[in-house]
Amino acid sequence: MFGDYSIGDLGAIFAMQGFAGLILFSVYVLMALGLAIIFGQMGVINMAHGEFMILGAYVTWMTSNAFQTYLPALFPGYFFVAMILAFLASGALGMLVEWGLIRHLNRRPLDTLLATWGLSLILQQAYRSIFGAREVGVELPQWMLGSKQITDTIEVPINGIFVMCLTFLITAAVAYVMYKSRWGRQVRAVVQNRVMAGAVGINTEKVDRYTFGLGCGIAGVAGSAFTMIGSTGPTSGQLYIVDTFLVVVFGGAASLFGTIASAFSISQAQSTMEFFMSGSMAKVLTLLAIVAILMMRPQGLFALKVRK
Amino acid sequence: MESPRFLSRSDVIGLAALALLLVVILPLSLDVFRLNLVAKYLTYAFVALGLVLCWGFGGILSLGQGVFFGLGGYGMAMYLKLEASSVENTKIQSTPGIPDFMDWNQITQLPLFWQPFHSLTLTILAILIIPAFFAYLVGAAMFKRRVGGVYFAIITQAIAAILTILIIGQQGYTGGINGITDLRTLKGWDIRPDHAKVVLYFVEVAFLFGCILLALFVRHSKLGRILVAMREKEDRVRFSGYSVANFKIFAFCLAAMFAAIGGAMFTLNVGFMSPSFVGIVPSIEMVIYTAVGGRLSIFGAIYGTLLVNFAKTSLSESFPQLWLFGLGALFIAVVLIFPNGLAGIWRDHVQPLIDRMINKRKSGSDHHNGKSFGPIADGAPAE
Amino acid sequence: MADEKDQGLHSPFRRKLLMGMAALPAMTMLPRTSFAQAPATAAVNTTGLAVTDTEVTVGILHSITGTMAISETGSVQAEKLAIEQINASGGVLGRKIKFIQEDGASDWPNFAEKAKKLLVNDKCAAVMGCWTSASRKAVLPVFEQYNGMLYYPTFYEGLEQSKNVIYTGQEATQQIIAGLDWVNKTKGAKSFYLLGSDYIWPRTSNKIARKHIEGHLQGCKVVGEEYFPLGHTQFNSVINKIKLTKPDVIYAIIVGGSNVAFYKQLKAAGIDLSKQTLLTISVTEDEIDGIGGENIAGAYACMKYFQSLDNPNNKAFVAAFKKMWGEKTVIGDVTQAAYLGPWLWKLTVEKAGSFDIDKVAAASPGVEFKGAPEGYVRVHENHHLWSKTRVGKAKLDGQYELVYETADLVEPDPFPKGYQ
Repeated sequence: MFGDYSIGDLGAIFAMQGFAGLILFSVYVLMALGLAIIFGQMGVINMAHGEFMILGAYVTWMTSNAFQTYLPALFPGYFFVAMILAFLASGALGMLVEWGLIRHLNRRPLDTLLATWGLSLILQQAYRSIFGAREVGVELPQWMLGSKQITDTIEVPINGIFVMCLTFLITAAVAYVMYKSRWGRQVRAVVQNRVMAGAVGINTEKVDRYTFGLGCGIAGVAGSAFTMIGSTGPTSGQLYIVDTFLVVVFGGAASLFGTIASAFSISQAQSTMEFFMSGSMAKVLTLLAIVAILMMRPQGLFALKVRK
Repeated sequence: MESPRFLSRSDVIGLAALALLLVVILPLSLDVFRLNLVAKYLTYAFVALGLVLCWGFGGILSLGQGVFFGLGGYGMAMYLKLEASSVENTKIQSTPGIPDFMDWNQITQLPLFWQPFHSLTLTILAILIIPAFFAYLVGAAMFKRRVGGVYFAIITQAIAAILTILIIGQQGYTGGINGITDLRTLKGWDIRPDHAKVVLYFVEVAFLFGCILLALFVRHSKLGRILVAMREKEDRVRFSGYSVANFKIFAFCLAAMFAAIGGAMFTLNVGFMSPSFVGIVPSIEMVIYTAVGGRLSIFGAIYGTLLVNFAKTSLSESFPQLWLFGLGALFIAVVLIFPNGLAGIWRDHVQPLIDRMINKRKSGSDHHNGKSFGPIADGAPAE
Repeated sequence: MADEKDQGLHSPFRRKLLMGMAALPAMTMLPRTSFAQAPATAAVNTTGLAVTDTEVTVGILHSITGTMAISETGSVQAEKLAIEQINASGGVLGRKIKFIQEDGASDWPNFAEKAKKLLVNDKCAAVMGCWTSASRKAVLPVFEQYNGMLYYPTFYEGLEQSKNVIYTGQEATQQIIAGLDWVNKTKGAKSFYLLGSDYIWPRTSNKIARKHIEGHLQGCKVVGEEYFPLGHTQFNSVINKIKLTKPDVIYAIIVGGSNVAFYKQLKAAGIDLSKQTLLTISVTEDEIDGIGGENIAGAYACMKYFQSLDNPNNKAFVAAFKKMWGEKTVIGDVTQAAYLGPWLWKLTVEKAGSFDIDKVAAASPGVEFKGAPEGYVRVHENHHLWSKTRVGKAKLDGQYELVYETADLVEPDPFPKGYQ
């Protein structure tokens, strides 16, 4: 397959392919980050994660429409407003869900899994009733479309660069909040010993609520960003769930670093294989490899040793 | 402790009540069309029954039971398809004698793994053994390393996703997304007409009772008690010298085998098999049947399955929009409000009432002898 | 009796006026039948279908919930519109059409179950329904066993023919060959990159495309062929492969949510569809709604109908459709094909002079519908439709601009020799 091409051409393609892998990596990190926070810190598997993402996407769509109608002059910058709104909307819904649902299922992870699955069905149907069964097209400002020419033969998609920057910023922010801020210390204290954390005066319920809200909010931002590369419809959230869960579980639940490492290895494996074989087979092989590794190393790549 | 009887009094009552419903009431009151629907629902009851064993008793939640349901269903479908694809029936094809979808995909020879499905005996063996063996592989890999809970759930879910993609992608060998359709006869006996549907219904009910008896036997045996003990305090069971992993593997394999029987019966009753029963969504829906019935109750699983599916059919006929809200709310309600499902409601509210009405003096002791619901009264199994 | 008959004569006429221009073209061809006196029920219904002196019952069987609801909604709307128009113009053999709608819920056995209900319990004289091949395969044995009549609207892979089904969409060869010939001739295309979602329709279609490219087009070759799982959302790797192989034509049969991701990423990767020819057979106006016109503008689609077709039938159809379902609705190829179902059935019943399934099936070949929005169509012996194949170019506003249509009707050939 490479016979007819010059070294320069091949170099350019490999550079772009490497870049494609990095974009996929960013996408995976963005998808998984919110879930990883919730799962790592609270032990809750949020099956409605994809629906929180799609909420962010719908918020972006509505913002885009609002700007087009009322503030056409500011349209090029609407995306930043949309992302903030998406964060707030998904975060607020997340906190509501924590208050109404998750809180009552403390220490029953399998039950939260079923309950959040139920929630995801309700949200899907709600989206369908509100926004219609069809996918909506989110219009993007002109500057976010197209690609950037780096050399004569290498060009990279602008939305890819955007997603990468966004991922970097959000990851850095989350790392800062978790490891440097006072609130982050409280969260980690609650994870390590809930009773003791409560005893020293940390409001564990409040910490839980904000953790869940933060995770869902990040899902909302991810959904907002994905309007650039994917579809926005009532059931689009389901397209992401398997990938997202595997990234989190493969990374080892409780560590942010693990999630990033796992997103990196999965994305590189998948994007490389996709280049050499059909998309379907690449997907199956990637998933099989993950499952096989997980069977041998069930705690994931990087696991904290936490007492049960 | 004295070894309990195989069937307690309430088990016998439960069996009799279920038999009355399935063998007498439903066949007499429903037309063939509705009866066939019930038969379809009951195929899921096999899966729910297995989930009671491995989730309710063992605390292992599998979100991939669709895989085993599918393996069983495909096994049966392959046999029926080969019988339907006789050289005579398929003489318009470029290669007569192979299933039509293979011919469309330029396959000119029956693939090797299809060959055993010419024989009904081998097919039945395959339906029983392959899913159980596969469950053994997965279970052995996971439980020996003490993986449980959420991890197990997610991994089984991923397996369901993989198998779906594989089946859809390898359409020359599997029929792809359309599944294996146009099944006609079983050993020359046409499975399509109404009288065949009735016969198949009763055959299925018979199998179901076989599986229920097996489940009851497991439940009352030492094995069942160890499973429950394990769910409550796994470490203590381990420290008492039991191999926790082996018990879990056994429960998982048995559940897989039940699911496979359900799948095979599904193919016979519905007349085709497709990858849409293998994936993530049907697998989770099957969990809800168990949860609604009461995850600890063997009989509850059957009633739960029937109830949810009846609700689905009738609600989706009259209020299709409402159905998903209803199903979603059901998931939430069943973990939040009544974690022991129908069985819990029955035990806490109906049974005492009946006991009081029948025999006021004995109500206390009867209540405690209600074996079928297990000894755990409140709350869901701890992780 | 005389009074009743009088009303029967007058009311359709009054309604016809009230309906306005919208349905006129479709009706101009029916004056004789709509004013004929309704024949006795016993004569037109010998098999116990749900036909009374004033009414006939048909079924509508599509998914209105679940993942397929996105696609099937348009078909339901078109079928309801057609039924309303037929009723307004006097019904079928003097009988009003009453429909029973069932939800397939994107679940194939559910389709089979509901089909059985429509045939066995409701005794429907015809059923308009199904969208995916999987749902059609699931209901087919039911229709054959209980002898029902299904009007199936979707373009599909072919390899099927049944006495009990009329396929109002195109089968694969109709949709593919003319488009490839056109792109080869007008664009001088020599190399093709075939893409598809991983299931039977894209695979079969690409197989036919490959046979045609390699066997019938001079000096043309396929430089790549790839499939992605349904719902796949990451296409950057394959886009790089496309950049590497530089095909003249990207031939894309991607469906559902993947579609949106594919076109967005294609655009982002700097593949400009005004320079790179892309031919698809899976993106109708419905899909563009979700993809966004700006992401797909410049791509070519090959099918039999576009909303923008400039003919009186279509203008009236589009106006009536929008009047009934809202200004914002768009109409894709399948929606139009679904609209043909009730009309073809009406015409066939009146040709046969009977609702009996066997007579309708036998009368079907040769039935012509001159009021079709796509133009004239005719039913072939193999129960598919003779229809023109058209190529359209996607515009920014989400509509297609017609750039080519075959001169003659293309013969349907569900079991194409040399393409299997």
